[in-house]
Amino acid sequence: MANRRLIDARGSFCPGPLMELIAAVKMAEIGEEIEVLSSDKGSANDIPEWIRKVKHEHIGTEEKEGVWHILVKKTH
Amino acid sequence: MGNRVSVVVVSGSFERLQMAGMVASISAVSGNDVHVFLSMNALAPFRKGAPSQASPEGEMGKVMAQKKVPPFKQLFESAVELGDAKIYPCSMAMDVLGYARADLEPYLSEHMGLTKFLDEAASGQILTF
Repeated sequence: MANRRLIDARGSFCPGPLMELIAAVKMAEIGEEIEVLSSDKGSANDIPEWIRKVKHEHIGTEEKEGVWHILVKKTH
Repeated sequence: MGNRVSVVVVSGSFERLQMAGMVASISAVSGNDVHVFLSMNALAPFRKGAPSQASPEGEMGKVMAQKKVPPFKQLFESAVELGDAKIYPCSMAMDVLGYARADLEPYLSEHMGLTKFLDEAASGQILTF
């Protein structure tokens, strides 16, 4: 299994979780996976848009007990 | 580079600074070429070490102040650090307020005049807060 970074952005409002993800993507190696935890629904909708726009891979999003787990793979 | 997005910020209200910071940071990290112009009441919050605080205009600002929203100064800094945005303090505002470059946050660029900013902005969209 590839390395995975965990970004716990629970409690932070838009665009906090997105900015935390972007900072992590900058530091990550290509191919690395990053999981973002967000309790903000707006961010859960917006983060996949950003991933698509900048052409990384959105592996998936799961909601568990009011927390969205958004999984991203850095592709470039 | 993506599209040129020029963000003109003149208000010192919390809601406008917050929204301008969101627009600048998200636009910059989405691959756009973002240039911010700070003038009028929007410049003073960017004095070095000034707190990321501003007076709310209405209810939304008051509610947001109680929640964990990213501080607007951090959003502008993220726009520069993560999205290569440029933030220009207005030459006129610096003269009027008596600020030198060293009085302002280090992530700001050198001051610029409105004539040059508007000339460079002409090819893209301009958003004003």
